[in-house]
Amino acid sequence: MVYLVPLFPLLGFLLNGLFRKSLSKSLIGIIGCGAILASFIISCILFFDVKSGGALAVQPLFQFINIASFKIDFAFQVDQLSCLFLLIITGVGFLIHVYSTSYMHDEKDEHFARYFSYLNLFVFSMLLLVLGANYVIMFIGWEGVGLCSYLLIGFWFKNDSYNYAAKKAFVMNRIGDLGFLLGIFWMLSKLGTANYNDVFANVHQLSPTDITGITVLLFIGAIGKSAQIPLYTWLPDAMAGPTPVSALIHAATMVTAGIYMVARSNVLYSLSAVAENLVAIVGIATALFSATIAIKQNDIKKVLAYSTVSQLGYMFLGLGVGAYTGAVFHVMTHAFFKALLFLGAGSVIHAIHNQQDIRYMGGLKKYLPVTHITFLLGCLAISGIPPFSGFFSKDEILAAAYAANPIYWVLGVIGAGMTAFYMFRLYATTFLGEFRGTEEQKNHLHESPLAITIPLFILAILAVIGGFVNVPEVFGGNASLHNFLSPVLKSENVQGLTSSKDFMLMGISVGVALIAILIALAKYRKKPELNDATGLGKVVANKWYIDEIYNALVVNPLTYLGMFFKNVIEKSGIDGFVNGVGTFVQYSSRRLRLIQNGRVGTYILYMVFAIAVLWAVLWNQIDIVNFFQKIF
Amino acid sequence: MPIQYYIILASALFCIGVVGVLIRRNAIIIFMCIELMLNSVNLMLVAFSKMHYGLGSADNKIVAVNIGTDAQLFVFFIMVVAAAEVSVGLAIIVMMYRNVHSTDVNFLNRLKN
Repeated sequence: MVYLVPLFPLLGFLLNGLFRKSLSKSLIGIIGCGAILASFIISCILFFDVKSGGALAVQPLFQFINIASFKIDFAFQVDQLSCLFLLIITGVGFLIHVYSTSYMHDEKDEHFARYFSYLNLFVFSMLLLVLGANYVIMFIGWEGVGLCSYLLIGFWFKNDSYNYAAKKAFVMNRIGDLGFLLGIFWMLSKLGTANYNDVFANVHQLSPTDITGITVLLFIGAIGKSAQIPLYTWLPDAMAGPTPVSALIHAATMVTAGIYMVARSNVLYSLSAVAENLVAIVGIATALFSATIAIKQNDIKKVLAYSTVSQLGYMFLGLGVGAYTGAVFHVMTHAFFKALLFLGAGSVIHAIHNQQDIRYMGGLKKYLPVTHITFLLGCLAISGIPPFSGFFSKDEILAAAYAANPIYWVLGVIGAGMTAFYMFRLYATTFLGEFRGTEEQKNHLHESPLAITIPLFILAILAVIGGFVNVPEVFGGNASLHNFLSPVLKSENVQGLTSSKDFMLMGISVGVALIAILIALAKYRKKPELNDATGLGKVVANKWYIDEIYNALVVNPLTYLGMFFKNVIEKSGIDGFVNGVGTFVQYSSRRLRLIQNGRVGTYILYMVFAIAVLWAVLWNQIDIVNFFQKIF
Repeated sequence: MPIQYYIILASALFCIGVVGVLIRRNAIIIFMCIELMLNSVNLMLVAFSKMHYGLGSADNKIVAVNIGTDAQLFVFFIMVVAAAEVSVGLAIIVMMYRNVHSTDVNFLNRLKN
């Protein structure tokens, strides 16, 4: 029954894609959302099955690669980790599909269908990624989500800058994929198999260099897919796509593929201190770096994009210090509140007719009440205020970080403070104060329809109560998520802290967040900063000029190299050679034509020559035959 | 006389005939050169037949009368063929002369173009 879960989105993709010119909008919506709903129902059934202890075996479908002794099966593995991700993907995915039926309502029918077919294809690829029983199937899904990201970011393909953003996302993903592939090849050459169970059982056959190499290479793939330093610049540009796409792909699911991969490979990562340190350092660096950029952004979606990069950094920090459950928990809560924030932003953008600059918003509290409340709940969740979900997951990561190295904790708390600050800057500038847009926009401000507000409502509830699945022991909870995932995340090595220390750490981080919130509210409630930034603020607002640096160092030299190849080698070299063959044939045929001059005397001369040659050959035929036999 | 003299003479006559066919412009001279080639071959055949007869009769005590006479008979055939060919060829040359009033073979380049 497992194969049904990815089958429904695949069918939805095919139906909506092939018949996009002949279906009506409501039917397209029903097919698109219905496919994901069906997958969600089956995922729930699978979840309860796994929770009660059944159905953990690998379920093969067919032989994918079968060459001599090298076999890779197309098989699905349903265990606790993949079940959890299944629920997140199909659940949040379904809500976003429903939201999209209203958000994309203005598109023409065939573009509407194309959108839903791409979304379904994306969910299909993501399901393949988490359900695969070996690294190769995961890689198939990995590539698929990269492709769908390209298709969806460049959805409004008539705009050149959107196409450039889509291309940038895909190429940066590909750079990471090279590392991923090399890791898989290394694993295959040393172990002969890529199945999770086989690899993890035979991990003692690998030398430490092997393990470090494989894990670092796989992590490079995660850097590309999950937008860490240095391959993160595609994510803010990816906001060119429609807002539900940003919510689904770049907040809840695709970017968490890297986290899933590292969590799945926890056995490998726990054996390599180098790789774990690398993961943690890259994570915390990204978290801090992108938080600084988010403080100065003026586009509502860009703030959320940098926030996503920053939160992903936190998740990798969690993975790097050994808190695998914490990281996966943060994936879950982040999916809830980040999707909520993006969908809320979409609702705002929709109300102001596709205007995204927060300097021209404000005072939307009274016009968009539901959006306002849900957005506020999302901001509280992401800032880590108890008892919302973000508090539990972020603090689990921070506690593990403290146990590993207090510096990680200090930097993490600084990052959490910045997170709270820029989120409430966004909230205050958008919803509080006075409306700063045009009069015409003000007259059209109204709350969004039900298809938009109901998903917001559901996600808000999840963001509020989602933390209670893993309440740590210090609060008297039973850490049920931890216990649920422990068969898969075997290598978790979180050292326990004394409960008083735990409370102190939590208190400090919550206190820092609260102070940041109060500062942000006080500063931006009445006087939002409308002027362009100067000095250091300008550098930060321009993303530390990283894009320009990349352009100068990498993109432009490669473009020039390509132009050189095209103009010099292609035109003069290869084209010249091919055309030269034709020219040579023409020239030689012109010369050879002169043999036939119509004069009989010449023909008799040729005949005499031929007879002389024939006589010579027959006189020496033994030597000639021997010569040819020696050659051939 | 040793057989080499006959071989050299016949080869020389043959080569002269070939070169004559290739170089001369008058059609009748070309025919004479063709005759020259045929007659050089006749000479060669007769010379070898006499050599054959000489070798054969030197070996046996009983002199066989028919050794080596095949080639001499073949010479008659060659002469007949040459005569027939000359008659036909001269007829063609006469027709050609009647049409273009010249016996220059370089004139016959109608195969060109």
